This record gives sequence, structure tokens and C-alpha cells, in this order.
Amino acid sequence: MEKTDFVVRFAGEGGQGFLSVAVGFASANTQAGYHAQTFATFPSQITGGPTWMQVRISTKPILTRGDSLDVLVAFNEHSYETHVDEVREGGVVLYDSDSMNMDDDGRSLGIAFDKLGKSTGNARAANMVMMGALAELMKMPLDVLADFVRRRWANTARYGPKIVPQNIEALALGKQAAAESGFSLGKLAPPEAPGYKQIFTNGNSALALGAVHAGLNFYAGYPISPATTILVWMEENLVGDGKFVYQVSSEIEAINAIVGAGYGGAKAMTATAGPGFSLMSEGLGLAWMAEIPCVVVDVQRGGPATGLPTKTEQSDFFAAMHPAHGDVSLPIIAPGTVEECFYAAVAAFNWAERYQGPVILLSEHALSEREQNFRMPDLDSVHVENRVVYDGGNGYLRYEASEMSPMPLPGSPGSYVANASEHDPMGDTTHLPDRHVQMTERRFSKLSLLEDGSYESQNIDAPIAIMPWGGSKGPGFEAYRQLIAGEMDVAWYFTMYLNPLPPPLLNELRGKDLVLVPELNFQGQFSSYLRSKGVRAESITQYTGLPFKVADLVERVSERIAAYRKEGVPA
Amino acid sequence: MSDKNPEYDFKWCPGCGDFGVRRALEQAVEKRTIELEEPIEQNVVVAGIGCSGNMVHLLEGPQPYGIHGLHGRTLPIALGVKMARPDLNVVIAAGDGDFLSIGMEHIAPQAQRNLNVCAVVMDNAVYGLTKGQGSPTASLGMVTPSTPYGKPEVSLNALRLYLAIGASYVASGISSKIKDLASLIYEGMEHPGFSIVHVQSPCTYFHNTYEQLKGNPRKGIAPLAWTIDDDHDPSDIHAAHEVVDKGGVPLGILYRDDAPVPFEDRMTEMFTRAKPRTAQELIESYAI
Ligand SMILES: Cc1ncc(C[n+]2csc(CCOP(=O)(O)OP(=O)(O)O)c2C)c(N)n1
Ligand SMILES: [Mg+2]
Repeated sequence: MEKTDFVVRFAGEGGQGFLSVAVGFASANTQAGYHAQTFATFPSQITGGPTWMQVRISTKPILTRGDSLDVLVAFNEHSYETHVDEVREGGVVLYDSDSMNMDDDGRSLGIAFDKLGKSTGNARAANMVMMGALAELMKMPLDVLADFVRRRWANTARYGPKIVPQNIEALALGKQAAAESGFSLGKLAPPEAPGYKQIFTNGNSALALGAVHAGLNFYAGYPISPATTILVWMEENLVGDGKFVYQVSSEIEAINAIVGAGYGGAKAMTATAGPGFSLMSEGLGLAWMAEIPCVVVDVQRGGPATGLPTKTEQSDFFAAMHPAHGDVSLPIIAPGTVEECFYAAVAAFNWAERYQGPVILLSEHALSEREQNFRMPDLDSVHVENRVVYDGGNGYLRYEASEMSPMPLPGSPGSYVANASEHDPMGDTTHLPDRHVQMTERRFSKLSLLEDGSYESQNIDAPIAIMPWGGSKGPGFEAYRQLIAGEMDVAWYFTMYLNPLPPPLLNELRGKDLVLVPELNFQGQFSSYLRSKGVRAESITQYTGLPFKVADLVERVSERIAAYRKEGVPA
Repeated sequence: MSDKNPEYDFKWCPGCGDFGVRRALEQAVEKRTIELEEPIEQNVVVAGIGCSGNMVHLLEGPQPYGIHGLHGRTLPIALGVKMARPDLNVVIAAGDGDFLSIGMEHIAPQAQRNLNVCAVVMDNAVYGLTKGQGSPTASLGMVTPSTPYGKPEVSLNALRLYLAIGASYVASGISSKIKDLASLIYEGMEHPGFSIVHVQSPCTYFHNTYEQLKGNPRKGIAPLAWTIDDDHDPSDIHAAHEVVDKGGVPLGILYRDDAPVPFEDRMTEMFTRAKPRTAQELIESYAI
């Protein structure tokens, strides 16, 4: 039978140049009509240190990075030791026989990548030899990769005329070496190219694209993993008349600058991660208090403090809910896939403009760097909202109404004071008890404007449900499918609108005997929130710095459901 | 607020220097609206937290826009307002604690950018609003509620600091000379770059320095404040440093860069090398 799915992991030292090869391999496959997803973890240093990247190629849309490996490409002994246990039965280890000595374990294939590569006359063709070998192992036509090479080095003025034929020769040499070895993993079925236009990119770029479509025109940021690539993307692309993009001197400056910009009428955003998000606390409170639209992206990494800068975690949910002191509850949108990063960014701006306040866009490391193919957004059909602007004369009482009211823009009549202290209708500081009651209720009432969030559901009659959030959606959904295939009666729910939750979803969840929440943190942050809303929720946690594996989730969900049925008591 | 607002219950103490600063700021903004024939709403006052920051609520007459933000964060907020809306005139009203202690980290970056805003810093050497603790400009040994046995640090020379970090307009004034101060603020607002008007604005309640600043011949107290000579060349940074070297509180414009390039112009210049693309074009660039 033909295989529909193929997982390869490249492991070695940072700086060995295989990361771009891995992305190239994925990209080449999407061009041939396959689906592809990458997953990487890096050490927090520029070169060196153990690094790996995984690529999954499939004939079907991909939800996760894949639990076990068909091929491990090991660039040194240490990588072999670290990763070999994850190679599936019947899988193959590819290594460079020039630089590594390996005992014959019956499944390792040594090829002289470097020597063969150099024999083409191109000193840097070793990676092409490796790609050729990979293609042979999965019996993929070499055209897929040859086309990729032609496109990648099409600019002969820049790269010279020889590089394309040399690289294609290197691919063939790798293919031949693998063919002679006799190893094979079975044939990958031909692609079933989707009938629509697609793009191939990562979560951070998708998010940036969404923000730009939503009308972003002011970006201020400070470098921090894994949000830095958003800043870099913006510096290159948020340019031209009426645009502002800038690397400020701290996250404190970033948050206060976007608040100032939002006050001035801009659609403003900053992106950060854990430590930077903590520094933004007070500024987020200001935006909430003074009712100023802005979007703050927190690309979660492992925490607390400096934490695990280059690993993934979903441990900032509590921080996102209540980043600031006082009575504050910030809207949160958390995308579950690379594709959703685009739509979540548009939704975040729409919410910020609609309720006139800060919105938290909660992404995570695993999404930020994952490269993936998905349907090209049709911009005409992605609705963009703008704030309701005051257009009357002077003497306006900006905060008089008990709900959202039009916002004046500096330069036009309607001057007022946007005040971080409790204020009266014109924005002057006040201490009157009644006024604090009125304004507090006004601020919270505006959240009801955001109860339009959509959600997914399946098999909703089952009394027990799985509902992950954020990037645990992929493994969560794959686990759900396997459980259903194994005749387990469970329901599926997912939403990226975490605060406020869509009210109909909350109603459904309240009717469940048990809602299991796979999430990547120790405390079970999201299930604790659901319990506070009257849902019988319980977490399935993991805090390794890595995403869930599907098999683990299937096992843990099954165990929990079995135990629950035996006990017969609600959690 | 243009009319007395009974709900707003904050008051400056009798004799507070901030009254004079308010008048001067009102005059400077009024002059600007007349000369440029711009509506008052074209001005935004970004205030810090302190007695001084209440300026934004206490302005009389036609009202500019205002932000009464966070302690120490006037400059980052002003950065956002100004760069989102370069057409606006942005004035900062901050105390010495706000600007020079908690907000210190934000001063130098604006100087390097030459952010086109004017900061009016009200220096009373204390944290007035929190009841009289010493600020960075308070002198060594000064006794305050938080330094009962004397302040253990020497005082910060704010004017020296502004010159050293490269602020492109540095002026020094005193709240009792309202006309002079109004003109320093007006010039600062018109200067296309980062302008600081540092004002001696005494706190009559916790640290009354009027006598030291103006002197008292009867008691043999020599005045700390002195007016910068007419022949001082403000475009000469060395001469500006020499003014500070003379000690005391010099009054007037110490430094004014005579060829300033404001931040918004630098950004515009940089964008001439960029190739703007629409959202659709950007998305297409990722097409498979
Ligand atoms: C982050 C933060 N820390 C402390 C305070 C308390 N606080 C309010 S005003 C102030 C000092 C004000 O001194 P200054 O800026 O010199 O203004 P003045 O009252 O003297 O005009 C302090 C410490 C605060 N509001 N916010
Ligand atoms: Mg003070």
C-alpha cells in the first residue's frame, strides 16, 4: 500500500545550514501538491548547540508535526543518540559517513554527503545529496526537487549558471546512493493538490499579514524570541505613506507608544513574549482605563521569568486574562493553527476598534515558526472594522454614556482627557464612589460587544468533551479523530475566542459531564477559567517545552474517560 | 477643563510654582494657535503623574486634547501620538520625579531620535504628590520624609544631562517669570526636534526654594537663578556646557541645534528606500 504520510527529522548543530534545507524540502513538496508542516526547536544562541527541525509531508492536510519518525537525518553522534528512539519501527537513520562512524544497527544508512556534493564542483551541495537520498527513500519523483532547485537558484545573474545543474547532479547522486543501499520506506502516494490557491508560511508571518489586512499602520516592538520575526517582518513591510514601524527601546516604551498611537487614531500593535509581556502590564491597564484601541501579541514561550526562550508553552493564559492590577479583564484571541494566525489578527483589530480597548492576541512558539501550506485568504471576504469616530462639536462628554461611545480624534473638535486615573465624563480625575461604579460597569459592559466569536464542534451529544486551546488544537483534533475511530464517544470543541467565550459555546460546555482540556502548562490555567464559568473542566497538562504528541493524548484521554466512567462521579 | 468642574477635587497648594507654568503654557499654546491659525485641538498635552501632571486638567480657556497617563511614561506615549500623527503639536507636562527618576530611561532615546515634541519639566526637587520625598534633583543631605537623616545621593544636574544626551533644544526657566517661560515653551514647541524646557517650579508646602532662587539681600542670600547673557550663542554646544559650569540656575535657552532633522523626517527619508506593497501583494508573495 502506498504511504500517505512521511516524517523526517534533521538533527545536528545550529549553523550547519540544514534548517533552510528542511524548509526548502517542505516548500518543494507543497509546490508539488503535497501538504507540509515543519517544526523546529533551537537553542538560544546564534550558532552551535543542538538543533533540530522536523518536516512532515502528507497527501492530506496536516494537523501535527507527527509523533514518530520515518527518517532521522543525524549530523553528529550526539544527535543520533538523542533522537534515535523516536524513529519508528522500519524507519531509517541517514548520516554522513565522512564525519561519523556508526556501528551497523541494520537501519542506518551512511552516505558521503560532503564528498559526493563536492564531486559536482559545488562545495556546498552536500544538502542536495541528502535531499536526493530522502526522495529515493520515499520513492518521490526527483522532478519535485529539481523544480525546486530551478526556482530557488533561478537568478543566474546572482548565483551563476552552474549552480542549478550542479545541484541537480547532487540530487541524482544522493538518489543513486540511497537506491544502491536497498533501504526503502515504501512509496509516497501521489499528491492530491487542493483545488484552490495556497500560501506557504509560518505563524508569525501569517499573523503579520492579517494585521496589515486589518489596517495596521503603527507598529512598535522590541526584539524577543519568539516574537522577533514579527518586528523584522514589519520593519521590511509596514512602510510608506502614513505608516510607522520602529524598534523602540523597551517593551514599556512599546506598549505606551501604541497607546499614544491608538489615541491619535492609528491601528497600532506590538508583539512580544513572556518577559516583555510582563513589562507591559501597566500600559495595558492604561489602555483599558482610558479606552484606547490597540493590539498586543504575546507569542508565548516557556516561562516564568526568562524561562525557555526558544521552547513552546501555553502558560501565559492567566497573565493575558489579568495582565494589570485592578478590575481588568482583557479580550483574548488565541489561534490554533498557522492559518488561524491570519484570521486571529484581523479579529483582534476588529475587536479593539469595536470595543475601544486593548486586545491580547495569544500565539505561541510552536505556531510562530511552523511553516505550513494553507488556503490563500480571500481578502475581499475578510471583513475589517473601523472605530466609531466622534464628529460633533466641542464640549463632548467622551465617557458619559454607560456603554461604548464615539471616540474623538485629536485635531478635530471634541477634545477630552484620556485618563489613567478614574475619571468623570470629560476625562477629569474623580474619586466619587458613584462615578467609579459607573465607569467600572461601563468598561466591563463593552465586553458584551465581543460575544460574536465562532467555534467548532463535533459529536456534540457525547457527555464528555475534549476542548484544547491555542496550538494544542492540532494534536487535540488528531487525538479526537483517533478516539472516535476507536469508538470512543467524545465531543470536540474549539474556539480561538477565549475571552469573552462565545456564550452559546459556554452553554454547551456547561451541559457536559466532563470537559477535558489539553494544555501546555502546569497549573491547568484554561480549565481553571472554565471551572470559574461553571464548566466541569479538567486539564490534561504537559510542561516539557514541546507540543503534545497525539499518541500521548489518545492514551491520557482514554485513561481519564475510563476512570471517570468507573467512578461515575463528575470531576 | 474650561469651566470649574465640581467633581474634580485636586488643587495645587497656594503659591505652587505650577500655577505660573500653567499660565506660561496657556500663553505659548495660544500664541501658536494664533500664529499658525490652527485650532486648539491640534495640540495634545501628555501629562505625567504628580501634582505637575494635573496641569492637563487645570488649563483654563479653550481646551487642547490631553492624556493623563502613567507615572514616568510621558515620553513613550508622546512618541506614539507624534509618530502616528506628525501633524499634531505634542507637549509634555511632567514632574522632576516623573521625568528624571522613573522616566529617566526614556529621555536619551528621544534625543537620539530627535522626537519632535516639547517637554516641560516642573522641578521642585521633591515628589510633591506623594508628600515630599526627595527627587533626583534634591541635594545631598536634604531631609525629607523618606530621608530623615539626610539624602545620601548628590543631586542630578538635569541641564547637564540633557546636553550630554544630545537633546536638540535645552532651555531653563522659572515659574515666577511667566512671560519669559511662555517664550521658552513657545520656542521649544516650534523647534523641529526634541525640546526640553526645565522649569524651577517650587513646592511651597514641602520645599519652598523661592528665596534661594531669587535671593534675599536682607538675609545676605545670593540668588541661585541668573539670566544667561545676551551674547551667548545657543547653537554652540561648548558654550552651553560653559553656562552649566557657571553653576546656579541659568535662565534662558542654553542650546538650540540650528539644523535639526526631526524624527518624522528621518522616517520619511528612510522609507524612500523601501518598496511598499499592498496586503494583497504581500500575501501573493507567499503563494505556492
Ligand atoms: C509606577 C508608579 N509608582 C509610583 C507612583 C506614585 N507616585 C505618584 S506621583 C509620584 C511622584 C511625583 O513626583 P514628581 O514627578 O516630581 O511630581 P510632583 O508631584 O512633584 O509635581 C509618585 C512616586 C505611581 N503613581 N506610579
Ligand atoms: Mg516633583
